Amino acid sequence: MIPPAFTYVRATSVDEALGLAAEHGEDAKYLAGGHSLLPLMKLRFAAPGVLIDLGRIPELAYVRDAGTYVAVGALTRHHDVAHASLLASDVPLLAHTAEAVGDPQIRHRGTIGGSVAHGDAASDLPAALLALDASFVIRGQDGTRTVPAAEFFRGIFETALEPGDLLTEIQVPKPARPAAWGFQKFTKRAIDWAIVGVAVQGQAVALVNMGSTPLRATAVENALASGASIADAAALAAEGTSAGSDINASKAYREHLARVLVKRALEEAAARS
Amino acid sequence: MKVELTVNGKEITADVEDRMLLVHFLRDVADLTATNIGCETTSCGACTVLLDGESVKSCTMLAAQADGQSVTTLEGLAADGHMHAVQEAFHQEHGLQCGFCTPGMVMAIVSLLKENPSPTEAEVRTGLEGNICRCTGYHNIVRAALAAAEAGK
Amino acid sequence: MSILGTRVIRTEDPRLLTAGGVYVDDLREPELAGAVRATFVRATVAHALITGIDKSEALAQPGVVAVLTAADMTDLPASEPPGGEVPGPDEPPAEGPVPLGGKWAEPLLAVDRVRFVGEPVAIVLTDSTYQGEDAAELVSVDYDVLPAVTTIDGALTGDSLLFPDTGTNVCVKGGRDISDDSVFDGCDVVVEGDIVNQRVACLPMEGRATAAAFKDGKLTVWASTQNAQLARLIFTAIGLPPDAIRVVAPDVGGGFGAKIGVDREQIVVAWAAKHTGRPVRWVETRNENLMAMTQGRAQLHHIKIGGDRDGKIKAYRLDVIQDAGAFPRMSGFLPMLTNLMAPGVYDIPAVQADYKVVVTNTAPIAAYRGAGRPEAAATIERAVDWFAAAAGLDPAEVRKVNFIKPDQFPFVTKAGAPYDTGEYEAALEKVLGAADYASLRADQQRRREAGETKQLGLGLASYVEITAADGGAGETAKVEVHDDGTATLYTGSSAHGQGHHTAFAMILQSETGIPMDKIEVIHGDTDLVPDGVGTYASRSLQLGGSAVHKAAIEVKEEAARNAAALFEAAEADVVLDADTGTWHIAGDPDKSLTWAQVAEHADGGLIVANVRFTADRPTFPFGTHLSVVEVDTETGKVTLLRHITADDAGPVLNPVLMEGQRHGGIAQGAAQALCEEVLYDADGNPLTSTLADYAAITAAELPSFELLTSETPTPVNPLGVKGIGEAGTIGSTPAVHNAVIDAVSHLGVRHIDMPMTPERVWTAISEAQKASAK
Repeated sequence: MIPPAFTYVRATSVDEALGLAAEHGEDAKYLAGGHSLLPLMKLRFAAPGVLIDLGRIPELAYVRDAGTYVAVGALTRHHDVAHASLLASDVPLLAHTAEAVGDPQIRHRGTIGGSVAHGDAASDLPAALLALDASFVIRGQDGTRTVPAAEFFRGIFETALEPGDLLTEIQVPKPARPAAWGFQKFTKRAIDWAIVGVAVQGQAVALVNMGSTPLRATAVENALASGASIADAAALAAEGTSAGSDINASKAYREHLARVLVKRALEEAAARS
Repeated sequence: MKVELTVNGKEITADVEDRMLLVHFLRDVADLTATNIGCETTSCGACTVLLDGESVKSCTMLAAQADGQSVTTLEGLAADGHMHAVQEAFHQEHGLQCGFCTPGMVMAIVSLLKENPSPTEAEVRTGLEGNICRCTGYHNIVRAALAAAEAGK
Repeated sequence: MSILGTRVIRTEDPRLLTAGGVYVDDLREPELAGAVRATFVRATVAHALITGIDKSEALAQPGVVAVLTAADMTDLPASEPPGGEVPGPDEPPAEGPVPLGGKWAEPLLAVDRVRFVGEPVAIVLTDSTYQGEDAAELVSVDYDVLPAVTTIDGALTGDSLLFPDTGTNVCVKGGRDISDDSVFDGCDVVVEGDIVNQRVACLPMEGRATAAAFKDGKLTVWASTQNAQLARLIFTAIGLPPDAIRVVAPDVGGGFGAKIGVDREQIVVAWAAKHTGRPVRWVETRNENLMAMTQGRAQLHHIKIGGDRDGKIKAYRLDVIQDAGAFPRMSGFLPMLTNLMAPGVYDIPAVQADYKVVVTNTAPIAAYRGAGRPEAAATIERAVDWFAAAAGLDPAEVRKVNFIKPDQFPFVTKAGAPYDTGEYEAALEKVLGAADYASLRADQQRRREAGETKQLGLGLASYVEITAADGGAGETAKVEVHDDGTATLYTGSSAHGQGHHTAFAMILQSETGIPMDKIEVIHGDTDLVPDGVGTYASRSLQLGGSAVHKAAIEVKEEAARNAAALFEAAEADVVLDADTGTWHIAGDPDKSLTWAQVAEHADGGLIVANVRFTADRPTFPFGTHLSVVEVDTETGKVTLLRHITADDAGPVLNPVLMEGQRHGGIAQGAAQALCEEVLYDADGNPLTSTLADYAAITAAELPSFELLTSETPTPVNPLGVKGIGEAGTIGSTPAVHNAVIDAVSHLGVRHIDMPMTPERVWTAISEAQKASAK
């Protein structure tokens, strides 16, 4: 399987990338690690006319201490997120989630920004960033804006990114109790995308693959806030979700898994903290 | 477009289609055919090579993306006529049958052991989640990885 | 001391490990210089009439050499229907097994109708692969869509017919009358039910691939096949006699039954090379492989089993419906084997088995590792567990009560299978002992009483299977000993991962003393090995290896005559020291001749033996698998903790190779039990046509396996060996299946169909709990 023909251009800076995007318009797509886009192109589900390779923009690969938050460059690879000592100490949920993505080869190429920008509800990292109340720094043609995760994911593969916008940085607030995290990814095989996943930080709970976007389990969070037990709160995990049915799982089974996994993730977080 | 790669220590420059995948550059331009294409969906790992020393799936990467970088394939592992420890372990432990997944498996394990020189069996198994073998049931591949780790101590 | 039975690592490996194999896509033969690339245009609907094909846009693309359809195949010979009797609309279906032609024939390219998504409709020849994919997308095929038949039930209704001229979707019926219910009279315990043996993908890591060059009236085809010689016969379909065709099997990246012979696409590639005069190469994508390579299993069973409260089984009935997919290939043969092996390892006084085969708008079914026997073992082993549960007995005890005993061999079962040798109970006891079965049961009991989330399950499968069922066809071997002391060994077997070069050289060394490193093994080239049968049905060691053994003996006889002449001694006084590979006169070890010296004296400096070994009956390897699983009762997720096996295929020639075959087989069998299944939607669209969707098992889902030794020889061949290639698969599927159900049986679960995905397990638990709450 071969991608349809396109023109490859390479950006070496954020400014150059934005310039190329402006030049080529809606026919262009950014290429980060390529591990979401290239498979879709090979199956001929996507056929952009121009690919703007961001892989040579060193200024976008970093994990930096910014005081109250950790700044992660959008082109930081999953492998580097998983092994960043700053994240291991200050935001272990994020490091752990990055290690759960794909397989080692995929983690050597795939980037956190690519995963976020792709906006796949079945991805692990968007849900973890949602639970962490992360913000996304976006450079557009008209300047820079910062969008909180809660407002970023809008629909099926749809995000706050407008054509030409470039996600440059992920800002992850340092949790008050970093160790109070839990992560559950339920798959048939290790390599599979999550049938359902749960990311917990403190009393924030986010769900993977329970709707068209990553979701906060608001009913669970509200119950916890009003003093409910973990078991009682977790029983509400499917409320407000809109899981689909596919060859991997029915909607009813996903809802059941959400309840079980939320309970386990909360217990995991409680046990750690 | 012009792509310049160092493949197994040798510089190769070629003018290729923008969309050419790295695996086709290796097989058709560099004429190194050990690297196989097994699935085209980043699922099976048969096309695994080392890019600047780290395992990647060369069917999910454009040759252009690797421009200026260094690629190691199975053909580049042995040195001075001696098999690499992972190759030798595959031989000793019967870690291959039909041989089709083998180049990708070997390269994945070389990378895995570089990052984790003393893995447990469970770590080896998880580390190979993206490589499919249909012949060996993985039993002897896992043993080979552990034996290579032991030999590397 | 003989090298046989020792752990010899493979001579095949160094090349594969340092340079990689040379598979079809890797060939750089001069005949293939400038080869065009073939890309198939495939049906995008499951069942339709073709109303038009427009090639014009594709032909206008850069690099396009030709776009060819069935209408272009005017230079093919008129084909005789390959099958025997073809049933007409008013006739009953054929009594299998026959490869059906005539009204059931499978065309090379679809003519006026497509019958499954992925069926080849046109072939596009281009200068490069990339151009091929682009151009193939632009071939426009118009369809008049017909209702798709996607299930066995749908086929049986006959509402939509794949082959309207036949008047039915039932293409074959066979077996015996199963209507006599009196065999269950007097049974205290009778259990009845349906068991699905789901469709799975064979999934060799190298898909199908063929390159062909036609020059000076001779066709050379390089094909990824399990038997070059059979492939050569099949390629005669393009209108060439066998002696104008050379087939080469280069390195083959796995077969598992799906590469027996060659498929229609490969014939089309050979035809295209002849038709256009250009060398052509085709290497399928995984997407094509998962849509259009033959698949395996796909049987629906209805069973009834009955017996006494003390565990003695008195009667067993097996009714098989085989889904053939869109074309009836081997599908008459597969369920016949399932019938033959129906009662497994048990001495059951009454056995009834029959089968019918239906066509559906899905990929064709053919052999997959085990081919008809795994289905039999899977079902009898589930049935025995059902029976044990209903009788309130431990499954191990029920097996012991019913095993055919060692002193009963040779034993002909009530299904008609002539079992050669067996030590069924010994294999079971070995496994129970090594696993510490009693402790495992105690742990299970403890977890049950504590109501733990993770429950333990133990699953047994005691199996017997039939290998080298076509032993009468035998296998060929030719040995040449050269005057430099080296030997060349030509075999009709065709390794694609099994390690024949190592195994067969070991046999030759053991007999002759010529060291392995001086033996070259050659296979899979019809110019060098014109006569051969190939590798399938676990036949290679017992037939191909026995042929090597026979050739070695003949070579020794010829050498002895030459040595006697050189020694000026009587032939009877000449002896071979097989440890050193030297010839002596009996009682005079000081005087010796090497193989080189003896060969030098022979005509042309060469000693040759060219033989065929045939076996007058098949062999029946057997064993017991015990699988230990943990089931998360909240999610339904299964973890395979341990898998312990005793697989007995007679004396072990090379434990390294034998273990490798078992490991691979166990993994494939466990995969069927746990995760793998080919799925279609109601319109016949494949849902598992990439490896992102088809859940091939990986290292992360499996434990290391625990293998025990058991060696019961067969009298059927001089090596005393049976086949081991498929045994692992046959034993492991029911063992894992039984283990998972055992883990949740205390919750009221009686059965879960394969693959036992987390959702299926969870659903079974939920439903059992709901039922018990009522």
